Amino acid sequence: MSASAIVFYILGAFILGTGLLAVTTRKIFRSAVWLLFSLIGIAGFYFWLQMEFIAAVQIIVYVGGIVVLIIFSIFLTQQSGKEMPKPPLARTVLSIVAACFGFALTYYLISQYSFTAPLNPAMDASISNIGTQMLDATTEGYVLPLEVVSVLLLAAMIGCIVIAMKVKTQDK
Amino acid sequence: MPSYSYISLIPLLPLAGFVILGLFGRKYFKNASGIIGTGLLLISTVLALYTGYQYFFIDGKADDVYRSIMPLKYTWLQFNGHGAGQDTGVSIDMSVILDPISVMMIIVVTFVSLMVHVFSLGYMKGEERFPTYYAFLSLFTFSMLGLVLSGNLLQIFIFWELVGVSSYLLIGYYFDRPSAVAASKKAFVVTRLADLAFLIGILILAFYSGTLDFITLTDRLTSPTAELFSITTQSFLGVTMLSWALSLIFIGGAGKSAMFPLHIWLPDAMEGPTPVSALIHAATMVVAGVYLVARLFPVYDFAISAGLDLVTYIGAFSALLAAVIACTQTDIKRVLAYSTMSQIGFMMFALGVSGYGRMEEQLGYTASMFHLFTHAFFKSLLFLGAGAVIHMVHSNEMKDMGGLRKLMPITHICFLIACLAIAGIPPYSGFFSKEEILLAAFNNNKFVYAIGLVTSALTAFYMFRLYFSIFWAREPHVHGHHGEGTMSMKIPLIILAVCSALAGFVPFGKFVTANGVPLEPHFNIIFAIAPVALAVLGIWAATVLYKTENNRPAAIASSLGGLYRAAYKKFYIDEIYLFITKKVIFNLVGRPAAWIDRHIVDGFMNMLAAVTARTAEAIKGLQSGKVQSYAFYFFIGVAGLAVFFVLWYSNLVVL
Amino acid sequence: MNDIPLGHILALSTALFFIGMYGLFTRRNMITILMSVELILNSVNINFVAFNKYLYPDKLGGVFFSVFIITIAAAEAAVAIAIIINLYRSHQSIDVEDAGEMKF
Repeated sequence: MSASAIVFYILGAFILGTGLLAVTTRKIFRSAVWLLFSLIGIAGFYFWLQMEFIAAVQIIVYVGGIVVLIIFSIFLTQQSGKEMPKPPLARTVLSIVAACFGFALTYYLISQYSFTAPLNPAMDASISNIGTQMLDATTEGYVLPLEVVSVLLLAAMIGCIVIAMKVKTQDK
Repeated sequence: MPSYSYISLIPLLPLAGFVILGLFGRKYFKNASGIIGTGLLLISTVLALYTGYQYFFIDGKADDVYRSIMPLKYTWLQFNGHGAGQDTGVSIDMSVILDPISVMMIIVVTFVSLMVHVFSLGYMKGEERFPTYYAFLSLFTFSMLGLVLSGNLLQIFIFWELVGVSSYLLIGYYFDRPSAVAASKKAFVVTRLADLAFLIGILILAFYSGTLDFITLTDRLTSPTAELFSITTQSFLGVTMLSWALSLIFIGGAGKSAMFPLHIWLPDAMEGPTPVSALIHAATMVVAGVYLVARLFPVYDFAISAGLDLVTYIGAFSALLAAVIACTQTDIKRVLAYSTMSQIGFMMFALGVSGYGRMEEQLGYTASMFHLFTHAFFKSLLFLGAGAVIHMVHSNEMKDMGGLRKLMPITHICFLIACLAIAGIPPYSGFFSKEEILLAAFNNNKFVYAIGLVTSALTAFYMFRLYFSIFWAREPHVHGHHGEGTMSMKIPLIILAVCSALAGFVPFGKFVTANGVPLEPHFNIIFAIAPVALAVLGIWAATVLYKTENNRPAAIASSLGGLYRAAYKKFYIDEIYLFITKKVIFNLVGRPAAWIDRHIVDGFMNMLAAVTARTAEAIKGLQSGKVQSYAFYFFIGVAGLAVFFVLWYSNLVVL
Repeated sequence: MNDIPLGHILALSTALFFIGMYGLFTRRNMITILMSVELILNSVNINFVAFNKYLYPDKLGGVFFSVFIITIAAAEAAVAIAIIINLYRSHQSIDVEDAGEMKF
């Protein structure tokens, strides 16, 4: 059992633990905070996989952007200290059963499959390589998805503003 | 060989009359519709007479035998044949057949219809729905002409129904009288029921012989080839299929011809205007049944059993029954209605005792057709005369009449000639035709001959009872305030009287026989003595009882007691029918059927609707508006599919 | 990192996915549902990156896919918050069961 394996298991436990807390806790602000920790754990996982760029993106966008946004909306819409009502027992039980069943099925399928090891030499996932590939216009390049995603972000931005806009009431 | 291309005009001109008068009569031709209808019919009559001249004297014969010609045949639908030797099967077509009886019938129908049209110009004058009357008359004439010219079974059935409809329209002409409405419904329903039997008979014949066309049908069914004998060897409930088919067809004919027990509609049909009774219920429609049997006569004769026996006995029984009832009735139109039924019975049993092939045997066929011919003249004359009398007295009952010979001389003489004709007194036409019928009966079936003799005597008796009650018995109540009737009412009477007197001298056997070979009419004076003597006896009895008013008839009636009462009530046959329909059919068939319809059929539909509604109520919870429930169902679906595909790929589930 | 077989990482991501799904079914607050959806998206990201590292080390497809998923998740979260705010204005509540008008 090498050190990296131990690290992985700790990271995995952390991720799952905080995730579980995020979906079960009764106080909403705490749920947001547990989510935050789960996402940080996942970033740590990326670091462990030596994919630094993804880890950085995760922290910047998810943790620094989305969770902050969620916390803002919690403040905007309700009192964050209030306790949320517990869901009915039937629903809890059914959901647990469904989740366990799904997990069992999927794990069974995965375990049946033997993943073959690769033959090609590894490419370093450094930022320069990522950058080069992102702006590459050949079939191996990802410039088209990049442009499409930028359009999508623009659309999302405009959409959010329109949806959440308060329509000015006309004074008679 | 001249072409008969104008033959389709003969029925089509009255049809045009119906369309024109029906659509435009009430608006444009209020007074002229009579002239239009009569004019069109006059052209048809001339064409019919010309056809008769052409067929009988110039063209019809081939090797001295009158043959059946089919000048027009249009095939509409052709089916494939399936039996041995049949390469084409049943075909539905429109065809015209010309043979001795059809040519004779078109002459009779157009002539009598023309007389009725002319008479109605005066009789129905001033009537509110005058154009409608002539439209219906034209429709009827078209239907009847189509019927007699039909060359195949299906076409004759179509025109049969059309004639029934026209009769319904004409009987119910005075539709504000509930009795007229009831009578027209009764006529239609009774004849329609008989037509069901007719249709089944047609289908049986068409199935076995593979054709509907008359000429081919009679050839196939009377030929001795073995392949078509299945109609005579297959049997159902112990009777051969051929007997079934012919009996069912005869039942259809019996309904239209008012034979027992389907005669109940004929007396009630007298609710219609009197010229209508003259046309339909005396001369033309009611003989359609006789015509049908005559048309299929070779097949009837070929039938090994029961083919003609049924015809004979029903005809004879109807003749006798009607004669007995007619002796007691007081409504003059009803007397004439029963007289018609009796004379048609004569025609039927004459056909029944006839054979096919040998000279002596075929007399019955010729006699029946001859009697049809002469009966048309004198019976329509009787009805038109009765119409003139009713027009003057405004009543149908005998007790309101009497002594009218002083007020209506022409009608009196014409009526007397007709009565003498129907009674069978020489030298009027009825004598010749009746004598031939009785001779045919004597040669074949003595029992039926005896019934015929008795019926002839009764016929003479009740007809002269009628004559004396109208024109003699007492002094007239009315005093001629509007004369005898217009010229248009008198001329047809005179023409028909002349025909009744002279039609007997037509050598009918030369023209109309069962197999086309001319028959020499032999005149047996010795044989003729018996019927004439009985007729004279009947006339003498009527004179004694009815010429002057006395109480002898009443005395005889009371001495006969129950028998007289039963005959007066028409032997309670109507009451029996009413009992059967109300108590038996309504309760045993009608009520259960209504119950099944309401509870089982409707109940089933209601149950389907209720089940649908309840299921919808039960599963509407699935659409609860809760997004998480939707997500849950979604997951269940995906998981289910995943499990299914996993099992399929690992061959645990075979699709 | 090659001591850990790929199966273990996939087990991790699967577990995270179904935890997110449990949250999706159970939570009544719309914002907490959104948080569960973020968990699901992250589990998918883990999957992509792991596959890229273990099975296709010469390519970078998994990385790019993850980057785009993160981007789109951000956009989607923004739009979702906007909708939640709108719903809050009309219903005065962000309980998902209070917004159940589209039913039978």
